Amino acid sequence: MNDAPVFDLDLHVSLGVRDIPLQLHTSAKRIAIVGPSGAGKSTFLRILAGVQRRVRGRLRFAGSTWLDSDAGIHAPPEQRRIGWVPQDALLFPHVDVRRNLLGSRAARPERVHALAEALAIDTLLTRFPRHLSGGERQRVAIGRALLSEPALLLLDEPFAALDPARRRDVVGVLSSEVDRSELCVVLVSHDLDRVAPLVDRCFTLTECGFTETNPTSDVTTQD
Amino acid sequence: MSTLDPWLAIGLSLRAAALATLLSLPAAIALGHALARRRFLGKALVEAIVLLPLVLPPVVTGLLLLRVFGRRSPIGASLAAAGLPLSFSTGAVVLAAAIVGFPLLVRSTRSAFEAIDVRYEQLSRTLGWGKVSTFVRVSLPLAAPGILAGSVLAFTRALGEFGATVVLAGNVEGDTRTIALAVYTLLDAPRSDPAMRPLLAASVGLSLLAVLVHEVLTRHHLERLGLHHE
Repeated sequence: MNDAPVFDLDLHVSLGVRDIPLQLHTSAKRIAIVGPSGAGKSTFLRILAGVQRRVRGRLRFAGSTWLDSDAGIHAPPEQRRIGWVPQDALLFPHVDVRRNLLGSRAARPERVHALAEALAIDTLLTRFPRHLSGGERQRVAIGRALLSEPALLLLDEPFAALDPARRRDVVGVLSSEVDRSELCVVLVSHDLDRVAPLVDRCFTLTECGFTETNPTSDVTTQD
Repeated sequence: MSTLDPWLAIGLSLRAAALATLLSLPAAIALGHALARRRFLGKALVEAIVLLPLVLPPVVTGLLLLRVFGRRSPIGASLAAAGLPLSFSTGAVVLAAAIVGFPLLVRSTRSAFEAIDVRYEQLSRTLGWGKVSTFVRVSLPLAAPGILAGSVLAFTRALGEFGATVVLAGNVEGDTRTIALAVYTLLDAPRSDPAMRPLLAASVGLSLLAVLVHEVLTRHHLERLGLHHE
């Protein structure tokens, strides 16, 4: 293990009328982000995914420069090896669950069955997203992200639509995948207690930027 | 007694309108996508030019096309020299039909792309696909029902085209006499009813069918994108 920063960023993002500063330097590989709504948590995930406009500054992840606005560097999303799970899942509406799971360039069909079983979506493979519940969609989105062989998993409130038992299962799947492939994780959640096994550090994002938070403190009961 | 063959006109109209729609589809998709997703200098001007044939009197459109593609123009002269004289040929019918249908096609493809949540395309990029793959795998299939609906609309407009066709292509039976031109030819002809009936039936029937198909496709498009609310 070394202490080189995994997340190393010094950014300014324009969000309409506001300009939010984002500074984060941490060698933690798995971090949780909490904070009031509207503080820019989802925007932060979009910046890491490479799909957010109007971002200035520098962003390095695990040693590679993804963004350096002064040097004109902006690594396109397809080169970042991102597994992005948006809050509303964003499954492709025109293809069934199986083809959604296989929606990434790196997905290997032989991995679908085991992962679908672990996420309890193996009976849904031929269904279309519009016929799934919110929780099912979230699990398919998580499966799609994991099958894309990401280096960095971005989870936006991934358990919001899941009941507690299901949530435990999904956290279990995520933990084992994260351990197996040494994934880095950025997780946005209000529910720190339950995601604690997934993260090493926790940061609060407010309009002044990031501050480190103790994962066991009472921010966990916000919602 | 009229000797006009209505089925010749109906066949020609269908072929010309179908060809016009198919040939303008690639350009309309490219333009529709650019207008929906990109910001560029002169965008408003491009939009205005694309819409022009929709608002210009078709006769004027035909006259302008004749100036550009007629035998006395450089383009028309070189086409004629190459053995492909455009004016007063079936090619002119197709060109006139394509030009008047184009604005509808571009507008529909543009709306079809605009209706797609841009995050689907962004998500596809994070899944390792570049811009072109994302367009082929995500944008195009999601927009397809809307594009198809627009094609049906443009096809119908092309089918009914009169003014630009008569100026650019003339009224030659079998070559350029479409349904609309045949109806016009028969207006003053004595005992024209037997020939007129299939022309009117084809016009009304095809237009009604096209509008119905357009409605169904539009609904399907919005439903698939989750935008349709009962």
